[in-house]
Amino acid sequence: MKAGIPAAPADGVQGEVVLSARDITKRYGAVRALDGVNLRLVAGEVVALVGDNGAGKSTLVKVISGAITPDSGEIFFGGRPVRIGRPHDAQALGISTVYQDLALCENLDVVANLFLGAETHRWSLLRQLRMERATRDLLASLDVRIRDIRAPVAALSGGQRQSVAISRALLGEPRVVLLDEPTAALGVEQTAQVLDLVRRLRDRGLAVLVISHNLADVRAVSDRVVVLRLGRDAGDFRTADTSQEAIVAAITGAEAAA
Amino acid sequence: MTTETSRRIPAPRPAELAGRLRGGEPGALPVVAGLAVIAVVFGSLNDHFLSAENLTNLALQMAATGTIALGVVIVLLLGEIDLSVGSVSGLCGVVMTLLYVKQGLPAGLAVLLALGAAALVGLLHGLMFTLLGMPSFVVTLAGLIGWQGLLLYLLGDEGTINLPFDGSVAKVSDTWLPPWLSWLAVVAVTATALGSSLLDRRARTRADLPVRPIARLVVRAALLAAVLAAVVAVLNGDRGVPLTLVIFGALVVLLDLALRHTLPGRWIYAVGGNAEAARRAGISVTRIRILAFVAAATLAGAGGILAASRLSAVNQSSGGSDILLIAIAAAVIGGTSLFGGRGRPYAALLGILVLQSVTNGMLLLNVDSSVRFMVTAAVLALAVAIDSTARRARPGGGR
Repeated sequence: MKAGIPAAPADGVQGEVVLSARDITKRYGAVRALDGVNLRLVAGEVVALVGDNGAGKSTLVKVISGAITPDSGEIFFGGRPVRIGRPHDAQALGISTVYQDLALCENLDVVANLFLGAETHRWSLLRQLRMERATRDLLASLDVRIRDIRAPVAALSGGQRQSVAISRALLGEPRVVLLDEPTAALGVEQTAQVLDLVRRLRDRGLAVLVISHNLADVRAVSDRVVVLRLGRDAGDFRTADTSQEAIVAAITGAEAAA
Repeated sequence: MTTETSRRIPAPRPAELAGRLRGGEPGALPVVAGLAVIAVVFGSLNDHFLSAENLTNLALQMAATGTIALGVVIVLLLGEIDLSVGSVSGLCGVVMTLLYVKQGLPAGLAVLLALGAAALVGLLHGLMFTLLGMPSFVVTLAGLIGWQGLLLYLLGDEGTINLPFDGSVAKVSDTWLPPWLSWLAVVAVTATALGSSLLDRRARTRADLPVRPIARLVVRAALLAAVLAAVVAVLNGDRGVPLTLVIFGALVVLLDLALRHTLPGRWIYAVGGNAEAARRAGISVTRIRILAFVAAATLAGAGGILAASRLSAVNQSSGGSDILLIAIAAAVIGGTSLFGGRGRPYAALLGILVLQSVTNGMLLLNVDSSVRFMVTAAVLALAVAIDSTARRARPGGGR
């Protein structure tokens, strides 16, 4: 079993590198939330970002999604250096983020939520049929099953809501999708549905980053596991070649290289 | 995909309707049931209650406060409150009367300028709420007192200004549709409703979207026609359909269409449902909030003008006493959620119908005002209880 060497590229990866973050540092006062962290996202690959609480996972996602700006470090998108100063910059590049709270309006139906803030309209009249057609096509292509897409989101299950939030992230035709804890608080069957959806994102050629606490989910869905520990790189593994013990060891910092 | 296997929109089964109630979407069902109970109870206790004359009076009483309640529905959709609508309605009525009677402006211009003044008042409320971050409760509580003060100042020592009885403003409340015109309106409204639903169905078929069976569209149009025909038949038994009722009804329908089919309407629901999600989706939450307060104040002003027209005068109690409370209670009783994002303008219509018929029925029975207040309070408490219970039943709605 290969021990986790910080920032070591995993071998055998094909596909184009869509996004790479190099030497990212972010301090909050005396606390170094991120300390020289590297990350590489490849088209058609699911990367799981794991680490203990306070390891810097959320901070790193916020840096890439433009919610915060790092103190130092570079981000390359499609090989070119880019500056992501605010969420809008990330969206314009093609980086979509699904936050843990999903940001859905529970009183609105699935169609309205998918197109929230980006409604198809003419003279400020909504073009309901176009939006409903596009919604049905998108959900069908992702194999998301919802009986009545005209019912308020409040009536959907947790897994369906997560699926709606993820589907919405795809409307702008992004190249990178960041998912923050997509399976937290979901039951077994719903977790399986959402993980299936994550695989379909990969099959579409998207670069997917999943933050997760659940190592079983991580092993089930990811191609690569990136570990953060106390704001530093603590390992970059190919999921298929790595045991759960090795990942746990990297997360906790134990010298138990299995 | 399951949604595509059948070409029909799934019809809600009885079990599903019950589930929708438990799931937090009670809709208009409790109100319609309540109206039926009111009609049966008061109708059996007093022969006069269901008479054409009394129902016509009811229709006349509804329009002004109902229009104010429409504005309340809009701010409630945001999860906010506007306590100033009563004062603003009175102020707008006074401004219109001063321009019309004292300045001698044409009636139409006086009405437009007064509505503009109401819109400015709403703009001020909206700016204080959004830019200064003051709670809407406090902003509009200040408005409640302040605009009442301005009303008294404008009225000066006179206290009362009469509108000329034969003037066009007063005429609005004394205009009745001739029978042929009211029946033509029933036919036109029904035909428009059926036609647009059939056109929509054809467009959905072309876009390969699931559709409702034609029979159901026809049944719905027939139900609408039956309700409208019943109203027209009853009102024609007395003086005819009052113009103010037509104005109020048209405002309800137009506002409902605007809320459901325009960008700002959709965004009002979005901000009311989850302001943070709306903000992240790029919607200007501030602008939507200001728009809602402007709309609420303008509709309150329109209600005030209707009230002035009905009374043929404005005085120091215009827009005062319990108008504010009735308007808010009507919006809530009609099914608008106090917690934002849920409700339709029809709530104002249904709610004011419930409140006015309860009040009217008890007046006919010579019930003491002490009892009337307590009964009205009980109806309001019941409506809010239904709203709160439904909200708790919604997933994640326990806050």
